[in-house]
Amino acid sequence: MSAELGFVMLVHDGLHRTAQVARYLAESGSPVVIHADARTPATDFRQLQTALADLPDVRFCRRIACEWGTWSLVVAMRHAARLMLDSFPQVRHVHALSGVCLPLRPVSHLAAFLARNPDTDFIESVSVADVNWTKGGLSAERFTLYFPFAYKRQRWLFDRAVTLQRALHIRRDMPEGLAPHIGSQWWTLTRRTLGAILDEPAAPQIDRFFKRAWIPDESYFQTMARVHSRQIESRSLTLGKFDHQGKPHVFYDDHLQLLRRSDCFMARKVWSGADRLYAHFLSDRPDAPAVDTEPQPSRIDRHFARATQQRVRGRAGLYMVSRFPVRNRENGKTAEPYSVFQGFTEMFRDFEEWLSAVSAARVHGHLFAPHKVEFAGREKVFAGGLSDSASLRDYNPRAFLTNLLWATRGERQCFQFGPADTQGRNYDLLSFMASDPNAQISVISGAWAVPLYRSGQRAEQLRAEAARLQRIETAMLGVLRSPAAHARIRIWTMAEFLENPSDPMHSIFDEIAPHQQARLIQMPELVDMQGFGAFLQDLRNQGMQPVLMGDFPLGVTDPAPGHRIK
Amino acid sequence: MGLLSTLRLRRLRGGWLRRARAAGRDLQPVCDRTAALHPASRLLFCTLRNERARLPWFLQYYRDLGVDHFLFVDNGSEDGSGGWLADQRDCSVWTTQASYKAANFGMDWMNHLLGRHAHGRWALVVDVDEFLVYPFCDTRPLPALTDWLDASGIRSFGTLLLDMYPKGPVSAQPCVEGQNPLEIAAWFDSANYTITRNPQYRNLWIQGGPRARVFFADRPHEAPALNKVPLVKWQRGHVYVSSTHMLLPRGLNLVYDTQGGEKASGCLLHAKFLDTLGTKAREELQRGQHYGQGREYHAYARGLAEGADLWTSWSERFINWRQLEIMGLMSKGSWA
Repeated sequence: MSAELGFVMLVHDGLHRTAQVARYLAESGSPVVIHADARTPATDFRQLQTALADLPDVRFCRRIACEWGTWSLVVAMRHAARLMLDSFPQVRHVHALSGVCLPLRPVSHLAAFLARNPDTDFIESVSVADVNWTKGGLSAERFTLYFPFAYKRQRWLFDRAVTLQRALHIRRDMPEGLAPHIGSQWWTLTRRTLGAILDEPAAPQIDRFFKRAWIPDESYFQTMARVHSRQIESRSLTLGKFDHQGKPHVFYDDHLQLLRRSDCFMARKVWSGADRLYAHFLSDRPDAPAVDTEPQPSRIDRHFARATQQRVRGRAGLYMVSRFPVRNRENGKTAEPYSVFQGFTEMFRDFEEWLSAVSAARVHGHLFAPHKVEFAGREKVFAGGLSDSASLRDYNPRAFLTNLLWATRGERQCFQFGPADTQGRNYDLLSFMASDPNAQISVISGAWAVPLYRSGQRAEQLRAEAARLQRIETAMLGVLRSPAAHARIRIWTMAEFLENPSDPMHSIFDEIAPHQQARLIQMPELVDMQGFGAFLQDLRNQGMQPVLMGDFPLGVTDPAPGHRIK
Repeated sequence: MGLLSTLRLRRLRGGWLRRARAAGRDLQPVCDRTAALHPASRLLFCTLRNERARLPWFLQYYRDLGVDHFLFVDNGSEDGSGGWLADQRDCSVWTTQASYKAANFGMDWMNHLLGRHAHGRWALVVDVDEFLVYPFCDTRPLPALTDWLDASGIRSFGTLLLDMYPKGPVSAQPCVEGQNPLEIAAWFDSANYTITRNPQYRNLWIQGGPRARVFFADRPHEAPALNKVPLVKWQRGHVYVSSTHMLLPRGLNLVYDTQGGEKASGCLLHAKFLDTLGTKAREELQRGQHYGQGREYHAYARGLAEGADLWTSWSERFINWRQLEIMGLMSKGSWA
């Protein structure tokens, strides 16, 4: 059966691999016709001929000089195909392959597959009107413009020529009766279809047209097959994946298992140094799949789709040597959700301890405290090797935060923040957090006054500090209320918060630890606020105007005792 | 960033090229085997001084990776480094007694040799304590990487200089000749690096790691740069400007994506913190040949005298490239 399947190979370098593959195909009983680029050094070509001299069914066709993306490749393919059809009358299907293709299954499997589909042409052939996978912006224009310059060698001129023709509205007309189609060059055609294409009666006119098209080797056979084929299955039997730039992904030794399990007949492109792949797939394999197993390229599809995703979108929250997105192109400013609390440690006794006890989160103190980073447990060094040195942190506060969130992926981070902390230049840090959908920012405004009040110092000593903190917090609230804020932001004045502390606590907590919401949780204990209203009045009497706390009664404030969440 | 700055950088580049030509006169060939180079040879360039003990492992590492030929500048070694290298079949050696500092910390010599021998070839420029790790380096040799870079139209490959350190005082465990230094200096910091972009040269400026954490906590802006572009498809007219941190033309520094994606990149594992460093730091201080008045070596000498231990309970032990890739210290990009 293998004798009914012929292979035409287009090769230009790495000829030691060509010799290996051609030998493998020929020894399986299939005829092989090789077209070697006329630019291939004569010594290399002679070596190839010598290496294959003992195989009568390996032929070499007339050599022409080939250039990427040009008509010469179509001519080369036609020479090879002609020699194949003329020399081997028993051949019923012809499979086209390149010097970097590798058979993944015994030839008999492909031959049996084709014998089950005797009249089908397997050629990827997509109408240019419908393709969305051409890279570089040219699809229909491949046929309507002129391409006097080589894409690879004269890229600048090539691009200018395209721009110019677009500006001048230059258009070539398609020959009558042809609908341009494009697709993979690595097809498998029946003798009938291939013969009809080679004997095309309108050949001179069609050739003239394709000669001037861009990458005609991806469109000539694909278009002509639409004219002559009785039954097209629009797919290539050669496994090949393309990256985001339209360059083929390359297979290496470490892809062996992936390729083996794909059950595909042929793969492209294989790195010429992939010794293990060549050794494995060009030997008698005891592990070959059953002869009638259908190809399953989906696993490989997913493998390379993930790679493309990483190349194009990257990993959210990662800033590194080869990923440094400009502002708002981060695809995720930080790696994971996190919670920022402002005013909570001031209002509640032991808020940090309480929060880490009732949630699974890592609860830090004021990470941006002026003199030291207050990591959870006050560690000197934390995840990722982050230091508690304030000067290191303040050198790039934003990087400190993104590093922390990257290094602790999988564990929610909570930390305290406030007007007394490092803000970065021009509130850079808070602006960053406010614009980050991963941030949950909860603010009890004015709570910075509570420690001042509890310090026991007199109002006139605290007046300046209170005014400074209020000025900073006012600016912070401005940042949090700006239209650019995309974080989950909640702001209460102290007075609002104290009216019913359990409601806000409940909603914050639901977001941090949703699975624990059914549990009855004891609220943390509020600090003693006896006389706070009088303290505020003292500040007023000193000429300062505390406003961010909301309306505080002069007398005692005491929320309902024993409040609970749920 | 218009025409003016382009012209200014072009003039600067001309200056570096002239310096490189002049520096070539300082170099005396000890053993020049470059006549036998193949057009596709992958070359490694290195400047060294008194590194005899590190050399066997260094050569072994890069031979295994697929480097075809090594080009060394021996800056006045007194421990036989030059002679030993000259006996290696795949090494070419030049020697000079000229000042390392006056030669832009060796880069003028490197630029000279690169211009002469690396035109049209892939060149790797590293120190003897830098070990290149890139995605799939355990299954795909260096030619696989450079072939792929060629096919993708990429001219330069970026890396993070990842400082490696031992557990315990740096001087506690000796590294003997021929031993893998990464067996001792096996630990690293995984996520304390800060990045800013240099608008003039368009490279990233990365700092951090254990050196910033331990030696530069009070003056982080002085912490050493960790961004390196050690692997370049060289053309005459390319120059390294400051170590291998940045190049001209500046397009070669664009080894990173700015639209959120990840380009392929690697790490240079930096086995600097070994028991030899204390001696080295004292010697280098006396010679006064290092960058920034050798403030780095001042810091090391001081820290090491105090028995500095860079290790913390958050340090990560090096396993393989996959670990570094998952941690985001390097990336596969689309090279899967």
